[in-house]
Amino acid sequence: MSISDPSAALLIDGVCKRYGSLQALDHVSLTVRQGEFFGLLGPNGAGKTTLISLLAGLGRADSGVIRVMGHDVVAGYRDARRNLGVVPQELVFDPFFTVRETLRIQSGYFGLRRNDDWIDEILHHLDLHTKAEVNMRALSGGMKRRVLVAQALVHRPPVIVLDEPTAGVDVELRQGLWAFVRDLNRQGHTIVLTTHYLEEAESLCGRIAMLKQGRVIALDNTTSLLARPIHQTLRLRLRGDIALPADLRAVARATADGRVALALENADAVSACLARLHAAGVGLEEIELVRPDLEDIFISIMREAA
Amino acid sequence: MSIALRTLLYKEVLRFWKVGFQTVGAPVLTALLYLLVFSHVLDRHVEVYGGVSYAAFLVPGLVMMSLLQNAFSNSSSSLIQSKVTGNIVFVLLAPISYREFYAAYVLAAVIRGLVVGAGVWLVTLWFVELPYAHPLWILFFATLGGAILASLGVIAGIWADKFDQLAAFQNFVVMPLTFLSGVFYSIHSLPAFWQTVSHVNPFFYMIDGFRYGFFGQSDVSPWISALVAGGSFVALTYATLNMLARGYKLRS
Repeated sequence: MSISDPSAALLIDGVCKRYGSLQALDHVSLTVRQGEFFGLLGPNGAGKTTLISLLAGLGRADSGVIRVMGHDVVAGYRDARRNLGVVPQELVFDPFFTVRETLRIQSGYFGLRRNDDWIDEILHHLDLHTKAEVNMRALSGGMKRRVLVAQALVHRPPVIVLDEPTAGVDVELRQGLWAFVRDLNRQGHTIVLTTHYLEEAESLCGRIAMLKQGRVIALDNTTSLLARPIHQTLRLRLRGDIALPADLRAVARATADGRVALALENADAVSACLARLHAAGVGLEEIELVRPDLEDIFISIMREAA
Repeated sequence: MSIALRTLLYKEVLRFWKVGFQTVGAPVLTALLYLLVFSHVLDRHVEVYGGVSYAAFLVPGLVMMSLLQNAFSNSSSSLIQSKVTGNIVFVLLAPISYREFYAAYVLAAVIRGLVVGAGVWLVTLWFVELPYAHPLWILFFATLGGAILASLGVIAGIWADKFDQLAAFQNFVVMPLTFLSGVFYSIHSLPAFWQTVSHVNPFFYMIDGFRYGFFGQSDVSPWISALVAGGSFVALTYATLNMLARGYKLRS
């Protein structure tokens, strides 16, 4: 698909944005096809939220073109915004209104009256129907997050952008949210997701763009990214408190489950590593050689781009 | 009027109506206290129009002062709260033009100003009997004055990043201009220098024109007041629309 494909759900071409001395986006170009589940990944400050702000019309690009379903976000902002639903990263809400009032008002902003049938359906899908008449202030953080998702959907946008929607959200809500978003994607909605939970991006996204310092440094299908020939990952659970040798510490990182992951060049390096650990007197409780996951690929690509 | 504009207007009206004790009840009570205290203390000390009691003279001034201050408060406080809490994003994400944005905030603020002004007028009816020489002038200056302060409130709400900046705008700009506009006195009772100073205060014209609607007497011609107030509204509207079109402090 060419960068100027008019059928693209999102077209971003040569977009630059600078805040003072910070080049937040540097000639970013990418397209998202209609019906895709697209991941936008990058470390903090990579430019993901800036890019979403420009898409949504919350900011203006210094140069370049952005189109949503063929509509320029500046010249055709009304149509572009009608085609876009954005779930913002911050947990924001209007404390004056109930959930239903919030959704009715949001519908009205998009020119929709008598939207209660659809509002009820969204509330049901997001398990919010018992909270419809509750003031926003009285909701838990997770519930407020669901209302943000509902607000992004009131006008049935074909393109939905979720900016770190599961940050600080419990497992149950996260799973429920993803099931709902998967359903929307199956119904034909284009989904653009930014997240720091790379396992979520790996399981959900068909294609992924990685940003670093305002530039796209990788853009590929998730399967192609995962097939990249990178290091082997050796996961170990150490016994005792003997430190790793210095050369291994350089390629080690701690995992969420308390193990140590070592990024090694190849299978030969694995045997050499085990020999080094044995020689250093490091005891092992558990050894696992794993296929690189998206997090390994992400770290590798970020290091290459350094 | 588009559905989006109507919705934003409805939201802004609902916002102040839900806290009506604070946004309507409190200013009405404050104005009533002003009336009770000032009319008692100043009745024989302040020179007003011939044949008009001081209390009667004071009521249109208090109505207009409350109207102006609350129109300003509505647009400015709504905007700063939405900015600080971040929920302004819901309006900015929607297909609402900057003109619709402006119209909704100004109209809602005018409605609050008129509701508060009407409230002050109603409670003071118990204490003072007022003539209504030119009701259309009353409506004209009430609406235009509310719109002027509503526009000023939009500017202040967009400009301010913090609540104390907004409070400074209110305390150092709006309050002095309101108090020095002839709410409590006729400017003809002032020394010549302060009469001249009063003539460069646009708030004076709004209140003087409004008072003319009641008494058929004023310090300056209502047509001059209408011209100054109208000119102020056009200038503020132009400045506000310019800020909104550029996305000043709203869109980065």
